[in-house]
Amino acid sequence: MPAPFILDRSSVTQVMAWVLAALLPGIAVYVWVFGPGILVTLSLATVTALVAEAAMLKARGYPAKPFLTDLSAIVTAWLLALSLPSLAPWWLIVTGTLFAIVVAKHLYGGLGQNIFNPAMVGYAVLIVSFPVQMTQWAGPLSLSDTSLTLAQSASVIFGGDVPKAMLDAVTMATPLDALRTGLLQQYTVDEILVQPIFGHYGGIGFEWLAGAFLLGGLALWALRIISWQVPLAFLAGIWLAAGFLHFFDAGRFGAPWFHLFAPSVMLGAFFIATDPVSGATTPRGKLIFGFGAGLLTIIIRTWGGYPDGVAFAILLMNLCVPLIDQFTQPRVYGEAKKSKAPPA
Amino acid sequence: MSRTLHTFKGGVHPPDHKSESNTRPVHAAPLPKKLVIPMRQHMGSPAKPVVSVGERVLKGQLIGEADGYISAAVHASSSGIVSAIGLAAVPHISGLPDECITLTTDGLDEWIDHAPLDYRAMDPSDLRMRLRDLGLAGLGGAVFPSAVKLDPGAHHHCPTLIVNGGECEPWITCDDVLMRHHAGDILQGVAVMRHLLGSTEILIGIEDNKPEAIAAMQAAAQKLDFAVEVVALPAIYPGGGAKQMIETLTGKQVPSGKLSTDIGIQVFNVGTAHALARAVHHGEPLISRLVTVTGHVLRPQNVEVLIGTPMQVLIDLAGDRDGTTGVLMGGPMMGMPMPDLDVPVVKATNCILVQSKELFPPLPKALPCIRCTRCADACPAELQPQELFRFAKADDFGRAQEYHLFDCIECGCCSYVCPSHIPLVDFYRYAKSEIWAREKEKRASDLARERHEFRLFRLEREKKEKAEKLAAKAQAKRAELAADPSASGAPDADAKKALIAAALARAQARKTEVTPRNVDHLPPDKQHEIEEIEARRAKIREMARQPLEPEEKKP
Repeated sequence: MPAPFILDRSSVTQVMAWVLAALLPGIAVYVWVFGPGILVTLSLATVTALVAEAAMLKARGYPAKPFLTDLSAIVTAWLLALSLPSLAPWWLIVTGTLFAIVVAKHLYGGLGQNIFNPAMVGYAVLIVSFPVQMTQWAGPLSLSDTSLTLAQSASVIFGGDVPKAMLDAVTMATPLDALRTGLLQQYTVDEILVQPIFGHYGGIGFEWLAGAFLLGGLALWALRIISWQVPLAFLAGIWLAAGFLHFFDAGRFGAPWFHLFAPSVMLGAFFIATDPVSGATTPRGKLIFGFGAGLLTIIIRTWGGYPDGVAFAILLMNLCVPLIDQFTQPRVYGEAKKSKAPPA
Repeated sequence: MSRTLHTFKGGVHPPDHKSESNTRPVHAAPLPKKLVIPMRQHMGSPAKPVVSVGERVLKGQLIGEADGYISAAVHASSSGIVSAIGLAAVPHISGLPDECITLTTDGLDEWIDHAPLDYRAMDPSDLRMRLRDLGLAGLGGAVFPSAVKLDPGAHHHCPTLIVNGGECEPWITCDDVLMRHHAGDILQGVAVMRHLLGSTEILIGIEDNKPEAIAAMQAAAQKLDFAVEVVALPAIYPGGGAKQMIETLTGKQVPSGKLSTDIGIQVFNVGTAHALARAVHHGEPLISRLVTVTGHVLRPQNVEVLIGTPMQVLIDLAGDRDGTTGVLMGGPMMGMPMPDLDVPVVKATNCILVQSKELFPPLPKALPCIRCTRCADACPAELQPQELFRFAKADDFGRAQEYHLFDCIECGCCSYVCPSHIPLVDFYRYAKSEIWAREKEKRASDLARERHEFRLFRLEREKKEKAEKLAAKAQAKRAELAADPSASGAPDADAKKALIAAALARAQARKTEVTPRNVDHLPPDKQHEIEEIEARRAKIREMARQPLEPEEKKP
């Protein structure tokens, strides 16, 4: 056995456990704002991910224990679950999770080998294949008279017999959806923003959720689980792109704060774009990666076919990672100050 | 402290485990019955034995002389009889035995005559040769012959001399203890270094987890007639690495692929300075050193040990315990496991670290890399270890070199922080050794290819030259015939005759051919023999071809 003979106490499990822990404030706010349905989604995604992970490990001839206990499958499951509409049907959750674990993770070689963030691949597959079901969002509790209990939510998710009127009463368009629909109907941003769904910065309740994800993300940064470059560049990309558009035509483009305070942005900036496996590794590369993802998010939100663009933006930037890494190699100790990218 | 310190990138803070061994008094280890003294204890050429089996040697007597400029002599650590000269187990990462001289000690510990050197009066180059012959080599770990490092050379000068008392590796305290108890001697050695290098600025870097050492060195520095700055450095691993210490103290980085002397800085370990003082002021060769014996032993401590003492002797002295799982030479970050404990203490042995399951739990199984870049954050060489790992694993050595594999100092920080517990340094060592092996192979095959290509070129050239000669001759013959009207009646026969003459001339040329055939630098007799053989072969070849030629010309 060669040197070194001692190790720091860190482990993949520990890293993943911190990521899960940092998601807890977000989950708590989610339950508070939108009701307990998310717990059903999270549980279902977790079970599906673990079963899929175990099956794939067995099929690929890998030992189950070290990889099941690394918690990476659960992180993928939670990130996907938190991206899905809170009242998405069970089969949607299962399909997305299976796709994430089986195809995006294991068919690419398992832990550490996936080019794309598995959760975002699962999300992209779902939104492309099942756009209608992907709009089944519960509105903030503060805006509706009725709310669903945990059992009722489970019933909705598992396709139980729930009165349609009740479902209609609790689901509503997300703020981003509302903005997009309004703009398509030729309303100005100001006209759209009078709708009750909009709050101070983002959507009512949604901005709280965004804040909770931000808090968890900052904790991850403080613990040095994630570096500052990706989230900061991502948020800067969003803010600058949205601000640029808003500056030129405030009637047609949402304000930068509105774009920034969407839960998907905070989740994306701190938990998804920071995925080390599919992200850039060099300090400058991380800045480019994050900024590019932020920029693309606004471009897709503004001109794309979907109300939100975080998932596609991150997947597109995942694609660029090898190139970014190659051309942003930092200067090494003792290397001449004028650093040169290594030849292709 | 007035000096502004700089920080180098990366580094880690493993538990330092210094207090186990640095609080006990220093003793001399008992004289063992047998001393095994390797001829290769330093970088460069191994020493050449100059004694024979059965000979009695005295303590401090030269037993292996330095072989070349980058080499150092080896001496008997005590008096006794040379009982064997040959391969024996040595502490080396390869685990392979090496040439050693084994002494059976006589217990008298009788010194050979030795006298101090008047270093100020000596010619610097004579002094350096003397130091080489006293076996001085760097005691910080690299064991580079000190005489070489003390030569500023024609093109360099070393205004800055750094004396390294960093000792950043966990568990090791021999430099700490040496500075506490022998600060004066160390500084006397520094004075000699200053004399040889002509340094004007002298810095002594000591990590701030050694306050007693810092105080002792500062007190001793007050008594000098030249200025020495004792600087407390923040304790961080590998802050005691030469390049890291240079950066911390001066803010300069040693350019990649160059030496610190290229930027006017030379670095010596405190132990080396101490040994230098013993050599100059007492005429003593390097035959003993301080060794930390620590870890899973009853009485962790520092011991003054004769070079060649079997490690087991020291472990027994410190109190062997049950549950020992292994023994390292060096610290836990860069040390190497010892295959058995008969191996001797050598000049490079700073620590004997006894492992147990509790102190050194078995390393967990490695998981795949998740590219978290903690290794890159920890790397003091500012490399991207995760990329180097990827390239090394894929045997993509070209890319690994482009990503500065050879700037890796193998400090182990990357492996230490890796959450996937990947033995990263191993992969880099593997890649480096593969590249070296391939370079060697490539050089050999390049040489073979060049020779082959030159041979083809030469054969082609000879063929062309002969053809030209032949054509010229035929032309001359034809011109001669044309000029002589009497022969005009039979031009065909004459043309034939000319061709035959040319063939004969060619045969003659082959016979006398003496073109060298890749046999440069051979002794003249060999050369002659080869020439004869070549001539014979040419003749045979010509004879074999002769019958064909007339046949071809038959109508």
